[in-house]
Amino acid sequence: MTLALDISNLSKTYANGAEALKGIDLQVEAGDFFALLGPNGAGKSTAIGIICSLVNKSHGTVKVFGHDIDSDKEAAKSCIGLVPQEFNFNQFEPVIEIVINQAGYYGMPRREASERAEHYVQQLGLWDKRRTMARELSGGMKRRLMIARALVHQPRLLILDEPTAGVDIETRRSMWEFMQETNAQGTTIILTTHYLEEAESLCRNIAIIDRGKMVEHTAMSKLLLMLHVETFILNLREPLQQVPQLQEYKLQLLNETTLSVEINKQQSLNQLFDELTQRNICVLSMRNKTNRLEELFLRITGNEWK
Amino acid sequence: MKLKEQYAALKTIVIKEVLRFLRIWLQTVVPAAVTMGLYFIIFGNLIGSQLNDVSGIRYMDYIVPGIILMAIINNAYANVVSSFYMSKFAHFVEEMLVSPMPNYLILIGYITGGVARGLVVGSVVTLVAMFFTPLKVYSVGVVISVVLLTATLFSLGGFINAVYAKSFDDISIIPTFVLTPLIYLGGIFYSVDMLPGFWQKVSYINPILYMINAMRYGMLGVSDIDISTAFVIILLFVIVLFAYSLYLLHKGVGLRN
Repeated sequence: MTLALDISNLSKTYANGAEALKGIDLQVEAGDFFALLGPNGAGKSTAIGIICSLVNKSHGTVKVFGHDIDSDKEAAKSCIGLVPQEFNFNQFEPVIEIVINQAGYYGMPRREASERAEHYVQQLGLWDKRRTMARELSGGMKRRLMIARALVHQPRLLILDEPTAGVDIETRRSMWEFMQETNAQGTTIILTTHYLEEAESLCRNIAIIDRGKMVEHTAMSKLLLMLHVETFILNLREPLQQVPQLQEYKLQLLNETTLSVEINKQQSLNQLFDELTQRNICVLSMRNKTNRLEELFLRITGNEWK
Repeated sequence: MKLKEQYAALKTIVIKEVLRFLRIWLQTVVPAAVTMGLYFIIFGNLIGSQLNDVSGIRYMDYIVPGIILMAIINNAYANVVSSFYMSKFAHFVEEMLVSPMPNYLILIGYITGGVARGLVVGSVVTLVAMFFTPLKVYSVGVVISVVLLTATLFSLGGFINAVYAKSFDDISIIPTFVLTPLIYLGGIFYSVDMLPGFWQKVSYINPILYMINAMRYGMLGVSDIDISTAFVIILLFVIVLFAYSLYLLHKGVGLRN
């Protein structure tokens, strides 16, 4: 098994004494599509910063494809492509120049850098904007520019720190497709996101950091199996005046035609519908109250679930 | 990184830096030409014509080397301090920090950008000076070395200033309150021999005095200071500031938490 990323006992204490990371271990296999989740301030961006040499670590080791970021820094850095959370390009440079320059920083000769930059700018749908100053791009375009820039040196490990934050649904979907294609071509991807639906549908493995500690590190499918209770929202045809009395289910009337019901692993939806039908309650439609991963995430980070 | 890759990386920074100041030439090149032109008119022509020769040189000719070097110093410094600080402020310095480029290439790239702007502006100011007096060069070698070393030194100064700067105020404090007084008191418009004994001694701790005199020697063949002493001092400053800048980059001061 080749590890794209191998983090051991990583800690970071900032100068003001804040402990952002408290000895985390993390392994990401080569070729994986990996979700790194956690609430705001959990330490995700600090961890990413350390991996990419933007933040100095306090303790621990980080290896990227076997290259230690301290003793074999250049080789480790060559393997990584980073799409950070904040826009970090020169807003006063044309799109194509930003991507060409990034290739240049990785030692690519100008001509090759231009060819690569054109390829990725085209792939990310920015060809018509290649001569436009970066500041004139829309938010979604700026995110795509950062992806093109991160890919131009063809990294083996792509780290995406909230790449779809603030982009419209259409752009997000096309970015998902692009990320999946990139992963299918062999690039390992680590994704942080607050859209848990995104992590659930794209990632095979997941780690959750909370208050600087690793609280979960497993396969996505295994994690979802841990979900004991799901909450469904039922839209009813006829209004109800009071909550129906179903002993085995926890029900709540959200408004007179909307019912919320909690169902655990041992209960079946068929039984629920049978009981509702017996009481002449007709269900028009049904949906999950929250995304399944979101529900788990809240329980894990809220320390409610073990 | 292999040598060929290092060359490509360095070339990238240099092209980026040169294009940056050329793209905004109205802010970076023209102002120096206008200001220095005014110096030539007011101090050289109007006031200078009323003054005696200094060290046997016509006053207009006497101030030309210092004024050219002043433009080079200001612009080399300004280029690096503003460019590197902007890259910190807008976080695009991270483009370089995540790359496998060694720190010394980043430093050399920015210095080259500063030197390039110093040379461009210095050349423009020299052209302006030629409207007022014929260009004199006593030693081409001395002029070239002084210009390159001085531009390198102040590019390094700008770099260190940018590393420590936390706001836009911080990048203007040093040029306004340190650099400008040192330049004006560095003997652009006068010979230190004209000062009383005490102030002469004070002047000798001003490093810019050595640069201006070396430049004056290169152009006119006169200097208040021994030329080899001037070169040793400039070179020493360059080495110390280069080493210190590399140390700052290595530690990530102002760049990495």
